[in-house]
Amino acid sequence: MLQIRELSAWYGEAQVLREVTLDVPAGEVVTLVGRNGAGKTTLLRCVMGLHRHQRGYVGYLGGDLGGTPAHRRAAAGIGWVPDDRGIYASLTVEENLTMPRAGGENAWPLSRVYEAFPVLKERRRFPGTRLSGGEQQMLALARVLRTGARLLLCDEPTEGLSPLLVGQIGSILRAVKEHGVTVLLIEQNLHFATTVADRHYLIAEGRVVDSLDNSEVKRREHELLAYLGM
Amino acid sequence: MANFVQQCFNGLVSGAFLALLALGLSVIFGMLGVVNFAHGAFYMLGAFGAYVLLTNAGVNFWLALAAVPVALAVFGCLLERAFIHRLAALDPLYNFLLTFGIALVLQDLVKREYGVTSRPYPPPAELNHPIDLGLFNYPGYQVFVLAASAAACAAVWYLLTRTRVGVVVRAATERPELTRALGINVGAWVTPVFGFGAGLAGLAGVLAAPMRAVNPLMGADLIITVFAVVVIGGLGSIVGSVVAGFGIGVATALCNLYVPALSQTLVFVFMAAVLLWRPAGLFGREEARV
Repeated sequence: MLQIRELSAWYGEAQVLREVTLDVPAGEVVTLVGRNGAGKTTLLRCVMGLHRHQRGYVGYLGGDLGGTPAHRRAAAGIGWVPDDRGIYASLTVEENLTMPRAGGENAWPLSRVYEAFPVLKERRRFPGTRLSGGEQQMLALARVLRTGARLLLCDEPTEGLSPLLVGQIGSILRAVKEHGVTVLLIEQNLHFATTVADRHYLIAEGRVVDSLDNSEVKRREHELLAYLGM
Repeated sequence: MANFVQQCFNGLVSGAFLALLALGLSVIFGMLGVVNFAHGAFYMLGAFGAYVLLTNAGVNFWLALAAVPVALAVFGCLLERAFIHRLAALDPLYNFLLTFGIALVLQDLVKREYGVTSRPYPPPAELNHPIDLGLFNYPGYQVFVLAASAAACAAVWYLLTRTRVGVVVRAATERPELTRALGINVGAWVTPVFGFGAGLAGLAGVLAAPMRAVNPLMGADLIITVFAVVVIGGLGSIVGSVVAGFGIGVATALCNLYVPALSQTLVFVFMAAVLLWRPAGLFGREEARV
C-alpha cells in the first residue's frame, strides 16, 4: 500500500528524518512509536505531500508519489487527521464534514456518518470548534472516512482524551480496518497501540530503530516505556 | 440628537468603504498569507476608471459602477497569475514587497498621466439632491452609497455562508494547508479570489469617486486605516473585517463630533488596545499561523 524508501526531510538546516525505510501493507494498521520530536509528524506530512524539503521515495499503490500535490494525493485516497484535529472554526460541524470532496466506493454517505456518530448529527449546526476534544476527534475521523480514503494517516488521535473516549477511538479504528482501510497511526500510548495495530515502527531521532509486532511490544513493554520516557 | 444620528450616518458611510476594502484584503490574506499592499491602488484605479470613462468617453456613473469593478477583477486575476502566483511558494514577505512595488508602480503611472491634483467627479443627477430622513436632510448620493455597500456586504456574506463556494473559501482562508490535504486545489482558488477582492476594491473606488477627491494617492491614504481595521477585526476573519469596518467608521465619526483632535488617531488607539487585549483580533483565532 505504502512504501517509504530512504526518506530524509529537513526544517531549514535541521534534518528531522534520516533515510527512513518502512512499509505499510494493505489492510493493516501500523503505528509509529517514538518520543516527541522524533520526526513522526513530519513523516506523515511527507506522505501527505505537505512537506517540500525532502528527499527519498514515497510509493503509494505501486506508484511513485514524487511531487504529486497534496490535493491529488487526497483524491487518490490518502486521508490525513492532523495532530491538532484540524477542525475549522469558521465552518459548522456539517460543513466540516461536507467540505472535502468525496469519492470512491469507500466513501461514507453523510447518513452513515450520522448513524455512526449521533453526537455529530445532534450538533451539526454548531461551529466545528464548539465541540469537546473527543467530539472534535470523532469529527476529524468521520470527515476523512466520508472522503472515502483508503489510507488513513492519523496523528495521535488519542492525545488528551479520557480512557472512555480512547476506547471509542479504538473501536472506530478497528471498524475502519475491517472495511479494508489501511491506517498509519502515530501513537504514544503503547497499550492502546497494541489493541488496534498489527505492527509498530520505533522511531528515534529521525530514524527507524526497530520494527516490532504486537507480541514483541507486549513482551518488551517496560523497556519500551522507559525508552519513550514514560 | 439629530446631530448625533447624522454623525452616525456619516460614520456608516465612511465605514462602508472601510468594510468593502477590508473584506477583500482579509480573504486574500487568509488564503495567501499575503498582506496585499496593492489593495489601495485597486481602490484608486476604481475611482480613476470611473473618472476616465466619464471625461474621455462620456460613460455615466451607473455604467462605470457595473463595468469598472469587473475590469479590476480581471486585472487582479492577471496580476495574480503573472506575478503573485510565482512567489506563492516562498516566504510571504516576498509577495508583501511585490504588492508594495505594484502599488507604487500603479500610483506613479496614474500620477504621470493626471498629476496629483484632485479631480472632481459629479454625483449622478438622479441622486444629486438631499433626501428627507425625518430628523435631518441627507445627501441622496450618500444614502445610495450606504445602501449599495450594505447590499454588497450582504451579497458577499450570502456567498460565503450559504454556498459551496463559500464553504471552500472559508476553509481555505482559515487553514490553506489542511484544505489542500482534504482534496481542494487551493492554488486554483487563489486567482479568482484575488480577482474578486480587487473587484470589491474597485467597487469601493467607483462609489468613492463622487464623494472623495479622485487623486493618485487616495488609496495609499486610506489603506493604512484599512490595515488597522483588518487587524482589529482579526486577520483572515471575514465577519471581523466587515464589523470592524462599520464600527471604526461610526466611532471615528462620533469622535469627530466630541473630540475632533483624536478622530484621526482613534483607529490606531483601537488597534493597540485590541492587540494588547486580544492579539488575534476581535474575531480572530488565538493560535498563530506558521
